[in-house]
Amino acid sequence: MIARDGPELQGAELHDRLARTWSRKPGLIGWLSTVDHKEVGRRYAVTAFIFFALAGVLALIMRTQLATPESGLISADRYNQIFTMHGSTMMFLFAVPVMDAIAIYLIPLMVGARTIAFPRLHAFSYYMYLGGGLMLWIAFALNIGPDIGWFAYTPLSGPEYDPGKRADMWAQMITFTEVAALALSASIIGTIFKLRAPGMRLDRMPLFAWAMLVVSFMVIFAMPAIALASAFLISDRLVGTQFFNPAEGGDPILWQHMFWFFGHPEVYIIFLPATGFVSQITETFSGRSIFGYPFMVLALVATGLLAFGLWVHHMFATGLPRLGYAFYTAASMTVAIPSGIQIFCWIATMWSGRPRFAVPMLYVVGFIITFVIGGLSGVMVASVPLDLQMHDTYFVVAHFHYVLIGGAVFPLLGVVTYWFPKITGRMMSERLGRWGFGLLFAAFNLTFMPMHWTGLMGMPRRVYTYPAGMGWDVLNLVSTIGAFGIAVAVILFLVNVFTSYWKGEPAGPNPWGGTSLEWATTSPPPPYNFAHVPVVESRTPLWDVDGGPLPVMTGLQVDERETLMTTLIDAEPDVLEASAEPSIWPLVAAIVTAILFVGSVFTPWAIVWGSIPVAIALIAWFWPKKALEPGEEPVSA
Amino acid sequence: MILGLALLSGCDREAREVRGKPLPETAVAAQTSTLFPGGGSAGPEDPRAEMYAENAYHISEGGRLYRQMNCVGCHANGGGGMGPALMDDQWRYGGRMDQIVASIDQGRPNGMPSWRGKLTPTQMWQLAAYVRTLSANVPKDAAPSRNDTMSNIYPRTLAEPEPPSASDPAGAKGPAR
Amino acid sequence: MSKATQAGMGGGLLLLTGCAGVQSIAPSGGAHTAAFNNLFVIFLVVCGFFYLLVIGFLGAAILRRRREGDTGVPMLFRAWVALVSVSLVGLAFASWLTDRAMASYSEQGSPVRVRLTANQWWWDVTYFGASHSEDIRTANELHLPVGRPALIELKSNDVIHSFWVPNLAGKQDLIPGRTGDIALLPRKSGVFRGQCAEFCGAQHAHMALTVIVEPEAQFRAWSRRQLATARTPTTAQQLAGMAYVTTRECATCHAIAGTSASASVGPDLTHVASRSTIAAGTLPMGRGGLYAWIADPQGVKPGAHMPYIGLEARELDAVVAYLESLK
Repeated sequence: MIARDGPELQGAELHDRLARTWSRKPGLIGWLSTVDHKEVGRRYAVTAFIFFALAGVLALIMRTQLATPESGLISADRYNQIFTMHGSTMMFLFAVPVMDAIAIYLIPLMVGARTIAFPRLHAFSYYMYLGGGLMLWIAFALNIGPDIGWFAYTPLSGPEYDPGKRADMWAQMITFTEVAALALSASIIGTIFKLRAPGMRLDRMPLFAWAMLVVSFMVIFAMPAIALASAFLISDRLVGTQFFNPAEGGDPILWQHMFWFFGHPEVYIIFLPATGFVSQITETFSGRSIFGYPFMVLALVATGLLAFGLWVHHMFATGLPRLGYAFYTAASMTVAIPSGIQIFCWIATMWSGRPRFAVPMLYVVGFIITFVIGGLSGVMVASVPLDLQMHDTYFVVAHFHYVLIGGAVFPLLGVVTYWFPKITGRMMSERLGRWGFGLLFAAFNLTFMPMHWTGLMGMPRRVYTYPAGMGWDVLNLVSTIGAFGIAVAVILFLVNVFTSYWKGEPAGPNPWGGTSLEWATTSPPPPYNFAHVPVVESRTPLWDVDGGPLPVMTGLQVDERETLMTTLIDAEPDVLEASAEPSIWPLVAAIVTAILFVGSVFTPWAIVWGSIPVAIALIAWFWPKKALEPGEEPVSA
Repeated sequence: MILGLALLSGCDREAREVRGKPLPETAVAAQTSTLFPGGGSAGPEDPRAEMYAENAYHISEGGRLYRQMNCVGCHANGGGGMGPALMDDQWRYGGRMDQIVASIDQGRPNGMPSWRGKLTPTQMWQLAAYVRTLSANVPKDAAPSRNDTMSNIYPRTLAEPEPPSASDPAGAKGPAR
Repeated sequence: MSKATQAGMGGGLLLLTGCAGVQSIAPSGGAHTAAFNNLFVIFLVVCGFFYLLVIGFLGAAILRRRREGDTGVPMLFRAWVALVSVSLVGLAFASWLTDRAMASYSEQGSPVRVRLTANQWWWDVTYFGASHSEDIRTANELHLPVGRPALIELKSNDVIHSFWVPNLAGKQDLIPGRTGDIALLPRKSGVFRGQCAEFCGAQHAHMALTVIVEPEAQFRAWSRRQLATARTPTTAQQLAGMAYVTTRECATCHAIAGTSASASVGPDLTHVASRSTIAAGTLPMGRGGLYAWIADPQGVKPGAHMPYIGLEARELDAVVAYLESLK
């Protein structure tokens, strides 16, 4: 007798049985073998924020060093490691993973699914990410921190000019994070394409889901370039290949092409999820659906495509043919068009709605005010004559911090405030939130606005000290003061998170009055997300029913981890499929893979011998289970 | 943990002491002869030897000096030429760190000049550390895999292909017909 | 509210009034000052306009009185997209025209030909004379005659560096295995500062280049002086210094024309005292700087390839006295 949810089975009994099916086992082993996307997502996010804090501390050390000219606080060698660690950690261990973390927590909820696609794979992804981060930071603590910049230009990162294992640690950290990111992209694309609630056609999907779909495809196309490049670099360093050695027919510029072919899309991989956050917040707090939804989707897709056509604008000073430069200038400027469309649509949504300025919405306003500055200074550096002067100066530092902090961290903090009640069941303090936002906004501008001038006055990036009397002293001091202001604001935010986690006001399922499906379930959501699969009939499902119950579809097994798959475009019910049980094997596989990766920094034989345990772990992971009863067509309620 | 332990072992090899190692009070430096043609045994090794021998930075600096001081001129990239090969395990004057330093310091008959007063002791130790890597006596995680210079073997892949012989119009170079 | 505009205005003023320092992104001494400044101002004005537009729209969206049934937005949407697109095309075109204009300049007299070779972390400078014997080798200092083009060949001996003298022109990378070039046409006399602009290792921060643009006559006089061999020491102390420099560690890397020191690993010291800085802009030239640098280069510029020798006080005095005389 197969039990299915439906009129005969609902209420408390259904919840109990579903909870039994979807919960993980208690205990340490159970904790380590979880495949629940909410648990994995939480761990991912917490880990990413720890790396954010660590890299932030590094930023403070750098700013302290630069507060005065000729400062001897830290040595050149240490400073170079610190700025490399700051950049690499922020880009690879914070910005991309934190976006992914929020996506794996929320995408299944937003599309109305019981779980994520490929649950074991996404657990594996977390452990790989953690392994890469740990390796890099342990190396840094042991004075093997990379000192080659987060871009690791050859030949400076090659065997001759970077002795020891510092560059290898960096390159192998890339390998870890790229495996993690690729695994997650597969999970997210699978979830978005096949696990959407019935009726959630592609054109009814929340914009955050669209953003993550585009980003996941970008990861799949961008990551192989850096995978190849870092593999070349490691093999140059380990076994003496000549990919980047000009004397033997290699080419150091090849590295730059491959790195930036990944590196520029990387920026959009960070920025596009943030636009998704902004869309979700703006929609909820304006009380109307996003203005110009089709244009927003097109803008996302266009940004995703254009992002692959502008990498050369990082290389204008290398002496490539000038006609080519004109193309990349034009392409770089073109990307401002979709961004302009998005900005317009958000403001138009506010215009035609009735905006409420709770803390998440404040972050959206802060985002628009700062991000547009970064976008416009980006248009300036897209121009070849201007870039040849501004490239590698503090003007560029100002530019990309406006884009990355204004454009990604502001929406991120806004969305943490926004989704905090969903994740913890408690509201964050509004008063502390407003203070935190105000301080962050002021301190951020105090830090990075002066850097525009420092750059225009000729201060290059990545210098561990600078001479007095260049006119840079005061501006640098101001930036340093601002940086400590940012630190205080971040601490305030964390205090708010912790106090609210324990003492916050309890939140109902839908405290903000949002319309996407994650607000339809309890806060925090149960392990199975939804008792019945919701059915979607428009872009704003919760506003349609106006507080009433959502239409649902029933007929999923309650004693098996059964999920409903729907068709790709129209999300019509397609097949029932069992989702994977919790398993310790993703962790084991991650550990043996990590051993292989770390070992291969030291000897190529690690790849040969390390692949044996990896193979064993993967075989155990994918060992076929007994065939399940073929699922019947779901029964509509 | 495992990760930590694995890395810990590599720690000393990463330090970058730009001034070189301080001279221990007791060290006799490299002035004493370390030659024992009659078979005698060398004394205890200079304590600085192991500080330089497996340190990536010093090896790398030594490699730079090896090329800049034109050691390549006689010893090639270890293969030898006018001077003896350095990549084999035969040492005329001893292959220990302090013995190599002594050879650099004092010079040797048949062309090896004395570098005393031309290079600092630190530089000689660095050079010796690099020279030892040529004969693969040094852990892989301290020695560089290659240098950004031309190796002395012209890569086969870049060689001009041999023209097809007249008797073989297809140009195929098979075994004896 | 509009910090960008303020920033822009400030930046624009900075460039326009020419209150630029010795290393400021105002090519005030270069051939294309006007073209660059115009382009900068165009970008600033257009970007500032768009910023005001966005902020104005945002402010209105937040503050406006709500009425039922707003329909004006869709039309505006099309106008906005059109405006953004047209402006971007305009900016791209302006940028391209400026780039074309900057790529050429009217030839004025025979160019000065220089080879600049970057090393970790100093600049090796060679002036090509009429014949090989008239080549001048110096370091970390570039003298250019005003109004005459200078064709600079760019090479690197180790990693990628970037040549950047902001007052004269934009950046050009020096890439190992390649020969780049850049043409400068200084239009104004003065002393400018350049700095390596591509991260190149431990001492990237201490890799500066002094550029002295001077009238033709002065440049010729300078060239003549540089072409001469080193001065013969006069005092006993200087003689002792010369003896040390030309026979000991110094001569292993440095060259002094007219003496037996002829290595080319480090900077040429023939006229070292005529230069304005030591160790690529790390210290000012002078007795104090020379003492500090020679006594402990690794304390001044840790990681630099000049070793710590440990000279005795008497030797140090002599070496400094000798180097100081090499005007």
